[in-house]
Amino acid sequence: MDAKVVLSLENITKRYPGVLALNDVSISFQEGEVHALLGENGAGKSTLIKAVAGAIDIDSGIIIINGHEYSKMSPSLSRSLGIEVIYQEFNLVPTLSVAENIYLCERSEKSVLFSAKEIEKKAVKVLDQFGVKIDPRIMVQDLSIAEQQIVEIAKAVSKNVKILIMDEPSAPLSVSEVELMFNIINQLKQKGVTIIYISHRLEEVFRISDRVSVMRDGRYVTTKNTQETNRQELITLMVGRELKESYPQRKKSPGEVALEVKNLTGNGDRNISFSVRKGEILGISGLVGAGRTELAQLIFGAASMESGEILVKGNLVTIKSPLDAIKHKIGFLTEDRKGQGLFLEMTVKWNISFPIIRRISNYGVINTKQEDQIAQKYKERINIKTPNLLQQVINLSGGNQQKVVLAKSLAAESDILIFDEPTRGIDVGAKQEIYHLMTDLADNGIAILMISSDMEELLGMSDRIIVLCEGELAGEVQKENFNQHYILDLASGIH
Amino acid sequence: MSNQTMVNYKFSARLGSILQKNVPFLILIFLLILFTFIAPNFMTVGNLRTMIRQISFAGISAVGLMFVMISGGIDLSIGSQIVFSNVLLAIMMVDWKLPPAVAIPLILLVGTGLGAINGFLCIKLNIHPLIITLGTSAIFKGMGYIINQSRNIMGFPDSFRWFGQGFVAGIPVPVIVMIVVALIGSFILTKTYFGRQIFALGGNEEAARLAGVNITRMKVILFMICGFISSITTVLLLSRVFAGQTITGQGLEFDCLTAALLGGVSFKGGEGNVFGLMVGMLIIGVLNNAMQLATFPDFSQTVVKGSVLLIAVAFDVYQKNRRAKETVAKVAA
Repeated sequence: MDAKVVLSLENITKRYPGVLALNDVSISFQEGEVHALLGENGAGKSTLIKAVAGAIDIDSGIIIINGHEYSKMSPSLSRSLGIEVIYQEFNLVPTLSVAENIYLCERSEKSVLFSAKEIEKKAVKVLDQFGVKIDPRIMVQDLSIAEQQIVEIAKAVSKNVKILIMDEPSAPLSVSEVELMFNIINQLKQKGVTIIYISHRLEEVFRISDRVSVMRDGRYVTTKNTQETNRQELITLMVGRELKESYPQRKKSPGEVALEVKNLTGNGDRNISFSVRKGEILGISGLVGAGRTELAQLIFGAASMESGEILVKGNLVTIKSPLDAIKHKIGFLTEDRKGQGLFLEMTVKWNISFPIIRRISNYGVINTKQEDQIAQKYKERINIKTPNLLQQVINLSGGNQQKVVLAKSLAAESDILIFDEPTRGIDVGAKQEIYHLMTDLADNGIAILMISSDMEELLGMSDRIIVLCEGELAGEVQKENFNQHYILDLASGIH
Repeated sequence: MSNQTMVNYKFSARLGSILQKNVPFLILIFLLILFTFIAPNFMTVGNLRTMIRQISFAGISAVGLMFVMISGGIDLSIGSQIVFSNVLLAIMMVDWKLPPAVAIPLILLVGTGLGAINGFLCIKLNIHPLIITLGTSAIFKGMGYIINQSRNIMGFPDSFRWFGQGFVAGIPVPVIVMIVVALIGSFILTKTYFGRQIFALGGNEEAARLAGVNITRMKVILFMICGFISSITTVLLLSRVFAGQTITGQGLEFDCLTAALLGGVSFKGGEGNVFGLMVGMLIIGVLNNAMQLATFPDFSQTVVKGSVLLIAVAFDVYQKNRRAKETVAKVAA
């Protein structure tokens, strides 16, 4: 190939106490290519991009950028060479405006004084390139996650970016927003920007990337031209063994109705009615902002409803707080597991037992034996990989954290479980485990509502799908009629 | 590595981690040894008893403060609550001629009520407790001054003397009360589901809400507990001073807060234990006492105490950062 290499990593090694995070990794990236970086959690992708961005010091190896060799990177050096990183956790100041965020720390050429008008104009120009309308005066905290990500990209572009590294950029986005992001990526590519794209979603890798590199256990495995490889090969390379990405078969068919909602209104949703049976997985589809999480919050009592009825096993119930929902054996696994689902500083045992701590207490005193047994039982049942139950949850991988969230709901012996984006940001192996667990739960008679932005997962796991559009029920699709395009049309309000 | 060296290695690693977790305890031991050598009057039974009685008042209130702090809140009005209820208790017994058996339960109720005011303001106005209690602190103190009318209220029944000045088996009563309050506090925090919920509230309020904790009720209850415990301090302090003055209790929250931070109670909530708190309190007691023995001027004592507070906070932040770094290392790997 005669394409110019803009970034080349040679024999990069990074050691943390007890682990070799990067082990002699060498990869090169060409000008104007979209280069996907694949690997399970813990494969070393994040460490690698931090090395390039200068966020960490490497122990040995050389980073070559445009022919210049660097043995040490710093954040400012990396920036000055045109490298920008969009991390999973955004680096935006929530209380500043869009324009201020895009031009944070940048001085005006014309004046020593800060001019809001000037940067707002500039911000509009940058955003216009992407064909998005975002008011540059709006505070970032008032934007949707998708819009915030566009601001992140705009921030990078405004700095004359040469190499843009994106860590799981599609994770918080809905299907149509991902399309928008792909458009932006393509525009940047036309301008000769190199994009390093990290994602767990293989379909995206095939859609967008020119080449793909795979990492495993801190080592570089191989680089392939995307057109010359396939899903199965990539998965095998990533996990180092044969692993089928497939959805487990269900053994039983759904039973009687477990949960029914009638004309549910509130929290931005209007007039939503549906029901879910015991042992059924009901998928909930919709674009970001369609009111899916809001619906879950309503059912769980985390937001107050204005009108409507909720029936559990045919009985009308009043749910005014999460406590009410828990009493009616409804469990909610939030999409924001770090922010809302877990006590990160606390131990695995502490987290699992917390929702039922009252139940396993006598006269207010916790029965620690029972607590140990319950935590141990669910750790084994759903295979949480932790050296012991006294490990702080913050030290677990994303997949195992998600399992702790699941263990919490199972320990509470919920009959109805609401999963909000159950596999977001977790790797292929852990995803499979979560799918199997969900299937087992359904086979054991638990009613499951699954909110997901991953269309493939939704089609693969659900028995039935309801589609929301702008806070209203847009339609219901039976398994025999499952069709990605039809569901997308419903979600976009076309039907 | 041979088996023996392996065992040695493991042992020293464990010892290392135990020492690391107990830095405040080591500081206390160091101070005790230091002052034993430089101040000849320090290490005597009489002096140590005086020292522990001195800290017992703040030590009792600190347990209440710790409940609030672990839940992620703070109460800066402790000293002012005592100013108000101290004067009120004196008025009850001297002006209204109420016997202690009636006045004391009443003042415990009043103290709990002051806490409830803090709690309700926090949840109704939805303002950070730091600001709320800064405001109520000024209000409570001012009200204390108003009802006191610049008097030095005296003339309590002799039976009231026991609480602050009495001994049981040679131990001052306030010290016994502190130990009992600390033990009960520790039991609630570590062994009951209520204790778990306090940690949960401070660890992640939203997760606690979604797990079914009634967080507004919890917040009010915690401030009430803090107020209740401080009204116990009020009773002991008034009995010790045996005169109703507005000076009693002022600034007490400073020692409570310093002790909590020294003892590993996190300012952000979710962390803390009674043992650490008591160690923190003893460090303050030793410093106060030694400075008095060495006849430090009052003002330089204030400088030392301020410095200790800052060192305590810096230590808390340093520990957090180091742990965060270790965590990042593990997660990135």
